[in-house]
Amino acid sequence: MIRLRIVTCLASLLLALLLHLSAHAQGSFAQTIDQVQPKIVKIFGAGGLRGLEAYQSGFLISGEGHILTVWSYVLDSDAVTVYLNDGRKYQAVVVGMDPRTEIAVLKIDGDGLPHFSLEEAVPLDAGSRVLAFSNLFGVAFGNEAASVLKGAVTAKTDLAARRGAFETNYRGPAYVLDAMTNNPGAAGGALTDRRGRLAGLLGKELRSSLTNLWLDYAIPIGEIATPVEEIIAGKFRPMPRDENVKKPKEAHTLALLGIHLVPDFLPKTPPFVEGVKPGSPAAKAGIRPDDLILFVNQRVAPSCKQLADELTFIDRLDPVKLTIQRGQELIEVTLEVE
Amino acid sequence: MMARWSFFAGLAVVSLTALARAADVPQLVLDAQKQRIAAIAKATRSAVAVFANNGNGGGSGVVITPDGYALTNFHVVQPAGSYMKCSMADGNLYEAIIVGIDPVGDVALVKLLGRDDFPAATLADSDRVQVGDWCFAVGNPFLLATDFQPTVTYGIVSGVHRYQPPSGTLLEYADCIQTDAAINPGNSGGPLFDAAGDLIGINGRGSFEKRGRVNVGVGYAISINQIKKFLGCLRAGRIVDHATLGATVAASDDGRVLVSNILESSDAYRRGLRYDDEIISFGGRPIGTVNGFKNALGIYPKGWRVPLVLRRDGKEQEIHVRLTGVHATEELNKLMERRPRPEPQPKPDQPQPDQPQPDKPQPDKPQPGDRPQPGDRPKRGQPRPLPIPQFPPAERPGQQEVKIPPEIQKMIQPRTSFANYYFNELNRDRVWAAAKAKGDFGSLGGVWKLNGQLQAGGKVEVTLGNESSQGAFPAGPAKVEEGKDLDQQLDPPGSGGLLAALHVWRQLLVSGPQKFGDVYYYGTAPYANVSDLADVLVATRNVAELNLAFDPQTGLLAAAEMTVDADADPCELRLSDYRDVNGRQFPHVVEVRVGDRVWGVIQWSQVELATAEAKP
Repeated sequence: MIRLRIVTCLASLLLALLLHLSAHAQGSFAQTIDQVQPKIVKIFGAGGLRGLEAYQSGFLISGEGHILTVWSYVLDSDAVTVYLNDGRKYQAVVVGMDPRTEIAVLKIDGDGLPHFSLEEAVPLDAGSRVLAFSNLFGVAFGNEAASVLKGAVTAKTDLAARRGAFETNYRGPAYVLDAMTNNPGAAGGALTDRRGRLAGLLGKELRSSLTNLWLDYAIPIGEIATPVEEIIAGKFRPMPRDENVKKPKEAHTLALLGIHLVPDFLPKTPPFVEGVKPGSPAAKAGIRPDDLILFVNQRVAPSCKQLADELTFIDRLDPVKLTIQRGQELIEVTLEVE
Repeated sequence: MMARWSFFAGLAVVSLTALARAADVPQLVLDAQKQRIAAIAKATRSAVAVFANNGNGGGSGVVITPDGYALTNFHVVQPAGSYMKCSMADGNLYEAIIVGIDPVGDVALVKLLGRDDFPAATLADSDRVQVGDWCFAVGNPFLLATDFQPTVTYGIVSGVHRYQPPSGTLLEYADCIQTDAAINPGNSGGPLFDAAGDLIGINGRGSFEKRGRVNVGVGYAISINQIKKFLGCLRAGRIVDHATLGATVAASDDGRVLVSNILESSDAYRRGLRYDDEIISFGGRPIGTVNGFKNALGIYPKGWRVPLVLRRDGKEQEIHVRLTGVHATEELNKLMERRPRPEPQPKPDQPQPDQPQPDKPQPDKPQPGDRPQPGDRPKRGQPRPLPIPQFPPAERPGQQEVKIPPEIQKMIQPRTSFANYYFNELNRDRVWAAAKAKGDFGSLGGVWKLNGQLQAGGKVEVTLGNESSQGAFPAGPAKVEEGKDLDQQLDPPGSGGLLAALHVWRQLLVSGPQKFGDVYYYGTAPYANVSDLADVLVATRNVAELNLAFDPQTGLLAAAEMTVDADADPCELRLSDYRDVNGRQFPHVVEVRVGDRVWGVIQWSQVELATAEAKP
């Protein structure tokens, strides 16, 4: 009797499998796409100048409104606007970012929102068929649906192998795609398998300085799940700071460290180094003009103002650890006032 | 029980072996492939490669009727002129001539000559296309079809109901279909088919930015449902304009679409649309966003009447608005006179520019002539029409004057406001011949006496003549004299010029379109009392413009509208109850309307139509 049940089970399973095959052999992706679209968001922020689009893509990774996207200048804005697939509009807060993988997590006020679960993300092999969801070229606005492209993974390879050719901070494994997924505004979009299961994050536009070739790729979710958790858990978090933390009597200042930043004329001027005072702690640590300061003691310093503010919390007697981006290199230095 | 067990076991074994074999290639996949091959074979037969006779590059197209009418892009025929060569997959090169153009929508209708059994594409219902559906483009990318074999590129539908704002001064892609099937220069004007090989759109635009003017996975097709609305007007040989409401809309803070500005001279205003009214639906489509409204509006030709539902003070109201043109007629004609200079072309074998060109003009900058509207979306990289590829100079036939064979030259008649007046005359005469078959009033040039009753009560007596007409109505007598301006003779009061309309109507019936004066074929448009789209003639006489709607099924005149002042409502006659009078079908009921108001319904009880008096 048990055996009979097993066989019945097997038979219906086979039938289901065959039906499924048929749906995929000739059918449209419409149903799959309908299930994915509510998880995709359109992000609008800073930019709009020549060649810098003021938009990118993202997707929901929690019912409470966490959004995964790429870290870019678009987020250098006080007002990052997010449109859900149904047209609902939110102001998003940047929870944090990870400079190594160039990802950022945003948060909107939400409850029970449709979302991908990072734990359920699937790994892909070369040859896997994929769908790419993004707001490339900013085609969609308001309640208009993101664009969908189809393609296949042509290779799973290390972006580091292209060091010097492709300028990228991310050096890990990537899915190289045969569809033109990485267009302006597509970064932060979702790569799914053909059943709509999350597999990757569409990366920023990448162009080889040697061949002028544009690379279409996605970062496997497995490579970024940990930094996402860390960001949500509070690491790399710029705000909010515990209000009870007392500032030291004598804190560090930029002048004392010998760092001269670019003129602060934007609401969020990125803290680029303009000059370094000879013989200063900064000079000794090897900081150079044009370095971009990302972190102060592991805390994000997205603007000149916030960098100066962060320093007021660090006692002069304590060392200051800075994470710096120089070109495409990430450098950590420690500054001490003698 | 045992039998059952073995049945299931047997089934499992059979299925497993089937699956084992299927591991090579499952039957379903083979079937799907067979279907795909059949769809492509069917679709490619109707595809056309367009080559300009003067060496000005070319594009693609698709035949939609057995007698050779084919669709392509306006921006393909613009440099090609009115005479071109079209190749098809059957290995033949056909001569083709321009028929009509829709410059705003970037559509052109051409006619291939020489056959009446062309393989024609089946037009699908493009409103049923969904994101994720398989689709394929057939065409002539990079002018590769010099061997007559079209190129097929496969993809999926990436987006539907996309609104792409005007690029430069003219082209606006409303409600278009976005695809990742490769759309390259030369694919312009070519067909986009669904998985079954039915036509869903005409490719024509792409988003190009840093990667040069080749496909980057984002192509746009004009939906075939939009083109269906324009087809009648295109067949008329006209330069067809798109429509505006005479009002602009903007999104309110709570996301409703409100009228932000309205012209008091517009039909929308006369129908009761006001500032701050909320637009609920347009043309039967629910409106939720400004772009949604632009999509719904952008698919209509100038002159159509479209239902609009508005909400004011919580109450909904449906009105029927006659749409005006995006451009003034002269403005559009002027724009058409300007020929674009062919762009410098990247060579097909090195289509990408070597360096990004940050200094080239950014398409998202406002261009002169753009119609910025409140609620416009944020700036972004605008898609552009696909460039027209050129042959390398060595292969290009010299830029000498194109010699058009005389028998074809006869079918090309340039005229202001028309792409090819030849087709206008053809259709005007077709419509008139159908009407004439039901009743030829050519010999009845004498006085017409019509006596009847108003449905609401009261007698009506009308005498219609060549030089003047008189009428007696319950409201009083009325008179129309040929020598005076008709807009000064609009009696009986409140009718909008009933007697003048009847006077002009008789003149046209008696003299026919050739002798009447300026009569052209508008194309097709919806009319309240015609079930299909009506064939519409426009006749101008004195200061009056007469729009005549013929029922294509019966050939009979169903409605006549006389406009004497473009900023006022016309006098509209709905003609019905056609009955025999001396062997001719004559309408015995005339419903007279002005705006939304029925002025009266006249039933003729006595109709006397005298023959022309023999001239001494």
